[in-house]
Amino acid sequence: MSSSLIIGQYIPNDSKVHRLDPRTKIMIIFSFIVVVFFANNLLSYAWLTLFAFGSALMTKVKLRYIAKGLTPVWFLIIFTFVLHLFVTKEGEVLFDIFGFPIYSEALIQGFFISLRFFLLILVTSLLTLTTTPIEITDAIETLLNPLKKIKFPVHELALMMSISLRFIPTLMQETDKISKAQASRGVDFRTGPIKDRIQAVVPLLVPLFVSAFKRAEELAMAMEARGYQGGEGRTKLRELKILRLDWFAILIFIITLIGLFVLRQ
Amino acid sequence: MDISFKQVSYTYQPNGPFEYKALKDLNFTIKSGSYVAIIGHTGSGKSTLIQHLNGLLRPTKGEVKVGEYSIQANQKLENIKELRRQVGVVFQYPEHQLFEETIEKDIGFGPENFGVSQDEINKRIPEVMKAVGLSMELLERSPFDLSGGQMRRVAIAGILAMEPSVLVLDEPTAGLDPKGQQEIMNMFYDLHQRKNLTTILVTHSMEDALKYADHVIILEDGQMKIEGKPADIFVQKTELEQVQLDTPEIIQFIQDFEAKFGKKLSYHNQSIDQLAREVIAAFKEVKHDV
Repeated sequence: MSSSLIIGQYIPNDSKVHRLDPRTKIMIIFSFIVVVFFANNLLSYAWLTLFAFGSALMTKVKLRYIAKGLTPVWFLIIFTFVLHLFVTKEGEVLFDIFGFPIYSEALIQGFFISLRFFLLILVTSLLTLTTTPIEITDAIETLLNPLKKIKFPVHELALMMSISLRFIPTLMQETDKISKAQASRGVDFRTGPIKDRIQAVVPLLVPLFVSAFKRAEELAMAMEARGYQGGEGRTKLRELKILRLDWFAILIFIITLIGLFVLRQ
Repeated sequence: MDISFKQVSYTYQPNGPFEYKALKDLNFTIKSGSYVAIIGHTGSGKSTLIQHLNGLLRPTKGEVKVGEYSIQANQKLENIKELRRQVGVVFQYPEHQLFEETIEKDIGFGPENFGVSQDEINKRIPEVMKAVGLSMELLERSPFDLSGGQMRRVAIAGILAMEPSVLVLDEPTAGLDPKGQQEIMNMFYDLHQRKNLTTILVTHSMEDALKYADHVIILEDGQMKIEGKPADIFVQKTELEQVQLDTPEIIQFIQDFEAKFGKKLSYHNQSIDQLAREVIAAFKEVKHDV
């Protein structure tokens, strides 16, 4: 599997961002995602970029590592830029590429949109880089708690999320193991005509499904054996608490917001 | 096929925060036709090592030679399929790789991929079914209807049907009952001798290594600690303790016996019965001395 892709990967570290309450992080990041769309000039974009890079620096994860991890996304960002370059037809013509006129607005729009895209991905990957999947599901469960009033199964949803997150690495390992075993039996996943390659997936998928079902059954049995009966009256080992650090982070974010609305046109 | 490792290192996820050096500068050779046991603690690099033998992994540094095939860093092997046909790997819990509708099809899957004709496959199937001790009546059944031990045997039959000249076994008896364990180990030893295979066994069991192997390699932390003849290695108690391995029971018994009664007994691959006779003989001598 691609080991350089860091989206969704948690990197243990001792930083202020790691220690923030996951709810604070989720709320800040969600608001950031919305707010990015309000930026509309160079200054406001620069201001948000500053915030994003500042947060990235504070995670104490090497920037080079983050940049390398986003490699597959760079392609999308560049693609967005190029698309805008050729599609937008506003402003004055700057120059020609292979007979295609490039407009000034296209250059600016392309740059802003791909920057926006980059910021979104950077900030959301900061969440998963610094927060364990368990913290994230805990936070989502508490944040969605009000929905219980309308009989929305919040606890079940959170449980489903944490179980699926928990089993992603297991399934990846299993895939790796089985594909190696089948490769040793002469299956070729990488070369040959498309038809053969699609057929080569069958010896991989069947054992994978078999083991996934077996695992699900074992898990259900183990949960029942330990007396699990839903979220009713269940307490938590780690209670989430909003501390002074969280208020501080929220304050910084509010300042960023105010700055943004001052700077935008 | 002769197998040699020359300064082989392997690193998982190099240059990342999760970088892990699994093998460090390994050097050894395995003679064609020998039975080699690779022993080491969990995480000592055994499984990484065997994945180099059929080109599933390529060394980060150094060179692995299997017969005429050379596996090196950044160099794609062209005839990797032929290498994989000749090196059969039985992974841990091989029953997880079963997928076909019938046992017959699953056993034929490997040979078919390597271009063996259907006639030839039909000839090989009764042979391998007999080798792993399964009845031919099962052939039309689904492999998922079988018990765990039987599934293991089907999976092993699937590898044997490829007729490899090198057989790599990664803890082939883990999780089986004691009787099944013995049957399977004896079956592999029988095949090893009958077909003149080069066999590489990864195991935790000192007893199996002592009983079957003619060469032992002990790995620790990705490096080779000790290598040599099993009878020589397993008497080195302190060295074994350093790598947290036990002495096999039979050797432990001989050593305790010698310490207690001051009589020499030696290990020469004898059975328990033979050893008992030697003990009686030694006691008779003690009596005469008194």
